[in-house]
Amino acid sequence: MKKLLTTSLLGAALIAGVAQAQDTEQLRIGVDVPYEPMEYRTPEGELTGFDIELGNALCAQIKAECEWVVQAWDGIIPGLLARKYDAIMSSMTINDERRQTVLFSDPYIKPPSAWFAAADSGIDTVYPESLKGKTIGVQRGTLQDNYVTDMYGDDADISRYSTADDLVLDMDAGRVDIAFLDFPVGKSTLLDSKEGNYVTVGDMISEPEKYFGEGFGIAFRPRDKELANRFDDALATLKQNGTYDEIYDKYFKVK
Amino acid sequence: MEQLNGWFTDLLSNNAIFTANTLGFYWDGLVTTVQLVFLSLLIGVILAVPLAIGRGSKRRWIKLPIYAYTYVFRGTPLLIQLYLVYYGVVFFDGIQDSIFWVVFKEAFFPALIAFTLNTAAYTTEIFHGAIKNTAKGEIEAARAYGMSRKLMMRRIILPSAFRRALPAYGNEVIFMLHASAVASVVTIMDLTGAAYYVYARFYAPFDAFIFVALIYLCLTFSIMFLFRRLEKRLLAHLRPRGA
Repeated sequence: MKKLLTTSLLGAALIAGVAQAQDTEQLRIGVDVPYEPMEYRTPEGELTGFDIELGNALCAQIKAECEWVVQAWDGIIPGLLARKYDAIMSSMTINDERRQTVLFSDPYIKPPSAWFAAADSGIDTVYPESLKGKTIGVQRGTLQDNYVTDMYGDDADISRYSTADDLVLDMDAGRVDIAFLDFPVGKSTLLDSKEGNYVTVGDMISEPEKYFGEGFGIAFRPRDKELANRFDDALATLKQNGTYDEIYDKYFKVK
Repeated sequence: MEQLNGWFTDLLSNNAIFTANTLGFYWDGLVTTVQLVFLSLLIGVILAVPLAIGRGSKRRWIKLPIYAYTYVFRGTPLLIQLYLVYYGVVFFDGIQDSIFWVVFKEAFFPALIAFTLNTAAYTTEIFHGAIKNTAKGEIEAARAYGMSRKLMMRRIILPSAFRRALPAYGNEVIFMLHASAVASVVTIMDLTGAAYYVYARFYAPFDAFIFVALIYLCLTFSIMFLFRRLEKRLLAHLRPRGA
């Protein structure tokens, strides 16, 4: 009797669950916070950031109800495979190693790098000729380091720092004329914290792929091809109708 | 030889890491390291001789400041000293506009200053110890000849003390070579800086660091060899007869 009751209850719950799923699709997305400005919490504890806003917009576009699941980076792919969530949107760089275990959407952003110089430096272009004899600061071993070494190595002096903080100290000291950094890093350490003293020079840079990679992608379980395709279509639509640019400008545009 | 040559070109053409380009980085690093260490040791010795004599002085106003200096520089890590000299000077207002900025703008001179002060402190103590341990008999003999204190220092105490300090000083030279690896934290492209660069570029920590370790070993070996030779010559009179 007891067994029968349990079974029927379970069955009822199942039917209810299926019925609900047919109303609106429920999706869960894994994310590791904080990684400003891609994903972080507001002082009130709300999740926000570029990934979160774009992810919500994508979900709205495919008419799904999305729930964000916070998961530490180490276990983020195992969590996806274990069905704790259905996708990962957490500034994950697309590469061949990860392609072996997950399915990636089209890249939705290439995190831009940018040039930063003191407002009164007089540097307004970043051609190798205009940086001749100047000192360029980079973080050692980053993709910015590789790019600058190959493109500017013959013309400019390159100072390599182990942390962005050391580089900022030497920018303040006047030992470095111009820095080439991940835009979010430079924005928070140079533009925002010393307002008015520093400016970006030239355009943001995220090409060529050889240096700057394929960009960030949303990861799915390999069998969820159909879901990945729907996200790709939704991303294309958002790029067309201006929603994408709106979110991008909010986080990456210099005021 | 022919075979060895072929093997070497083979090795160079068959690996992605040790190309002419990266070997150039290592070479520049070697030059920088040797320059930095040699100059700081040279200036360090020149500073250490008068300091060591002063350290043994009976007058407290000479002895105590020197003791304080060696205590501070031997009692704190070289890395901290380097940070203080390199990043610390920036906090003096207006240094960018003064003539000192010529010296402090580049990383080389702040590093040279930190290294020199550090090795001078150690060398002072080494020399001071050797001077203090001069055999009483030698001093008494010099007095019996009627030598003044100055003459005795110049002719008897210092030559004998330097010889006896040689093995300890050889160690200091090797320590200094190894300690110079911290120079890369203030953007100097020394040997370790070059290794970091190759490591970061190719994600090959083992290859990059094992190669640089071998270069350091060769340098250490040459230093040891040089000091052995020097000791053999200069300490000949202290060896047991017939040996």
